[in-house]
Amino acid sequence: MTDLPAVPALLDRLEQGLRHYLNERGIKRPLLVGIRTGGVWVASELHRRLGLEEPCGELDISFYRDDFSRIGLNPWVTPSHLPFETEDRDLVLVDDVVMSGRTIRAAMNELFDYGRPSSISLVALLDMGGRELPVQPDVCGERLNLSPTQRVKLVGPEPLTIEIREVKA
Amino acid sequence: MTELAATPLSAHDKASRNLQLTADGQLRHFITLDGLDRAMLTDILDTADSFIEVGERTIKKVPLLRGRTVVNLFFESSTRTRSTFELAAKRLSADVLNLDINTSATSKGESLSDTLLNLEAMASDMFVVRHSQSGAPHFIAESVTPGVAIINAGDGRHAHPTQAMLDMLTIRQNKQQFEGLKVAIVGDILHSRVARSQIRALQTLGAEEVRLIAPGTLLPADVDSLGCTVEYDMRKGMADLDVVIMLRLQKERMEGALLPSEREFYRLYGLDTDKLALARPDCIVMHPGPINRGVEIESAVADGPQSVILNQVTNGIAIRMAVMSMAMSGQVAERTSRSRQQGGEQ
Amino acid sequence: MSASLLIHNARLPGEETTVDLFVRDGIIRTMDEDAITEAADTVIDASGLILLPGFVDLCCNLREPGNGQKGNIASETRAAARGGFTTVCASPDTSPVNDSGAVTNLIRDVARSSAPIRVLPVGAATRGLAGELLSDMVGLSNAGCVAFSNGTHAMANARILRRCMAYARTFDLTLMLQPVNQALAADGYAHDGKVAARLGLLGVPEVAETASVMEMLLLAEETGVRLHLGQLSCARSVEMVAEARMRGVSVTADVAMHQLLFTEEALSGFDSRYHVVPPLRTESDRKALLKGVEDGTVDAIVSQHQPHDSAAKQAPLGVTEPGMSTIESVFSLGLSLVAQGELSLKALLRALTEGPATVIKQASGLASGGAANFSLWRLDDTWQAGPQTLLSRGFHVPAPGRDLKGVIHWNICDGKVAYRRS
Repeated sequence: MTDLPAVPALLDRLEQGLRHYLNERGIKRPLLVGIRTGGVWVASELHRRLGLEEPCGELDISFYRDDFSRIGLNPWVTPSHLPFETEDRDLVLVDDVVMSGRTIRAAMNELFDYGRPSSISLVALLDMGGRELPVQPDVCGERLNLSPTQRVKLVGPEPLTIEIREVKA
Repeated sequence: MTELAATPLSAHDKASRNLQLTADGQLRHFITLDGLDRAMLTDILDTADSFIEVGERTIKKVPLLRGRTVVNLFFESSTRTRSTFELAAKRLSADVLNLDINTSATSKGESLSDTLLNLEAMASDMFVVRHSQSGAPHFIAESVTPGVAIINAGDGRHAHPTQAMLDMLTIRQNKQQFEGLKVAIVGDILHSRVARSQIRALQTLGAEEVRLIAPGTLLPADVDSLGCTVEYDMRKGMADLDVVIMLRLQKERMEGALLPSEREFYRLYGLDTDKLALARPDCIVMHPGPINRGVEIESAVADGPQSVILNQVTNGIAIRMAVMSMAMSGQVAERTSRSRQQGGEQ
Repeated sequence: MSASLLIHNARLPGEETTVDLFVRDGIIRTMDEDAITEAADTVIDASGLILLPGFVDLCCNLREPGNGQKGNIASETRAAARGGFTTVCASPDTSPVNDSGAVTNLIRDVARSSAPIRVLPVGAATRGLAGELLSDMVGLSNAGCVAFSNGTHAMANARILRRCMAYARTFDLTLMLQPVNQALAADGYAHDGKVAARLGLLGVPEVAETASVMEMLLLAEETGVRLHLGQLSCARSVEMVAEARMRGVSVTADVAMHQLLFTEEALSGFDSRYHVVPPLRTESDRKALLKGVEDGTVDAIVSQHQPHDSAAKQAPLGVTEPGMSTIESVFSLGLSLVAQGELSLKALLRALTEGPATVIKQASGLASGGAANFSLWRLDDTWQAGPQTLLSRGFHVPAPGRDLKGVIHWNICDGKVAYRRS
């Protein structure tokens, strides 16, 4: 069993990393958008720590997934909520776990259907490896090396903890 | 009931359920609200909420049904309903084919079955069917093209489930919950497929009372079996109502000696300001449309503050997007599990 | 040719002892509990088989003359033989309608050469069954029609109905009419009850039948015609028949077998198989029809056999053709009622033999000197009705794929083998 990192420490690292990144890029007014459900919790926390004025957005990517032909519609789809104009803005997409990269691909497709942003940056709490698409986080909490049958899940909203579970091969 | 006898009415729900749901309980046809439980109806309403949000974006499309072909098979013409289905399918990125088939055209010799089988051969994934015969979509789903998702856009007097669901969405938006609600349906219930579906939806979602207000000639013979209260006197019937749904009155009813005149009908069963005042002050007024001003409803009421008639277009598209994507999803899931089974058997 | 037949050890229903029968030239010469030792051309060992009189069907659609899609005299009479029937009354609802001696003769000729059982034509009471003009009833009777019916069509109005009855009465002809008030029935195809209410089906109210029954009974009483009411479906109709009979009206009645088993709920899945005219009604109607058969108010059970091609039912319910292919399973369905205690075997047999025979003034029963019309059955064996097993061209049977009790082994009609189980 891998040593599970503590979430508060990861969030500290993310906050620090994101401040540095935004500074480097010269992004003064970022808009945070969390991907349901874990990404929203992380985004809210970052939003609070950074003291951002404009609200945090929530994205449900169910309608943009690439596996509808194979597994059908997610029965727990809920409405996305982006309470701002995305045109010409710098968006910061936040998710709890990045693995194949397909979720991020779907999220970006969805974001572009709201308007044309200036840029999209990616923040991920955990990087599982196992990419199937060329997607990389700009800011990352920790890179995990788990076995191929293990999956990691962020549990929350209070307190936020990380769980590891086994899946069938 | 003898042992050899066919399905009793209580098993009709089960049969409808089995026809419309996959083994895992996912929707694969949307034909009637019979056999669908509260959880399923709530899922449809919740999914529709997500599609309302899509309708508020700049790009009002999602790629769910991209590459799929949806055929609108309207054996009874209806511009309104057909265009909302078409718009819903397009917002799901599907390819849409509109076929207005008059019944007289099919009587050129080609049977309904043959018409549909030809369409299936053109790789259609979904048929949206409106037909003048009760049970037509059942027939199509059961006996003709079971692998094509069938969405019922209204069959005879039997059902109009998408209309009922969009009405339920409107009620939920205004009243938040169905418990404790007293809802009246007023007008030509005998001929109304909308009313039958609305009754079923309200009962399944837990409304406290469904009240039918109509003269005896516009009610089914065995109206008691529908599980609603019946009131011939509309003024009495308006008491305590949270929602009043007005049905359209067709002119043919006068010709069939079901009613003497529009004037008498309006006086007794038309919703005017006086009658509306007898309901609860927060009672909402609904009408599936198109409305006949001065026949079912006074203009002042139709345009008034308690009317929610205009919400329907948005809700209609959202509900239709919801059931179309859910049914497509169920068909896909079934095909996948079937091919997995076949693969395993090799 | 003097063909002879010897049956050994057949059992009569409900009895312990067995009988032997000796048949020659179509007549039962001897029927005895003791063994018969006469030599015969054909000998049948009927051990373990039940002997029943040949059934008589008052309402059977043989579909000939017609276009052959739904069957013909040969196929449907073979089916009827398999069902245990030795006499069927051919409904006039053919194409062309049996409203002329020419058509009657055609039917009789075809039957003579291809039917293994007796076919008695029923003539059309009105030309083309249109209910407007009387047909040549006497001419039809002379050509061989045993009674007159108007199919499932109503007379155009009460005046024509009355005159038709008066004319038939003049010549002592029996009128077999299905009571329906067309204005009340309108476009309905299902009983106007809870299933129609829930599923939005066009309903046929009870009064569409009962109002017509009342009218027909009053007119029959006035004209004195011998009236037979066909295919009753309502409890109230049975009541009215009993009451009219008590007043001395000459009326008989029948009911279709499927009305004794099924109700409006059979249409629950929009199952067009059960689209029939008159429609299947409520459970209390069904119970009253059963009681009517049991106590004799209803004289006969008929098959109302209406074989169809597959396209006839391949459509939404309201536009399908009504009727089922019933003749082969009538008796098995009756046995299921007996097994459930809803009808006595005695009443069932009476309603399939003596009852209908009396309506058309035919002899019935099994006795020395009588016609050799009987069948041999294994009542406890089962069979299933389906496209592979049916002899009829119509596959829309009332109980498809279910285990049906009562397997026929032999059907003897006028001393000849009409059906033999292979």
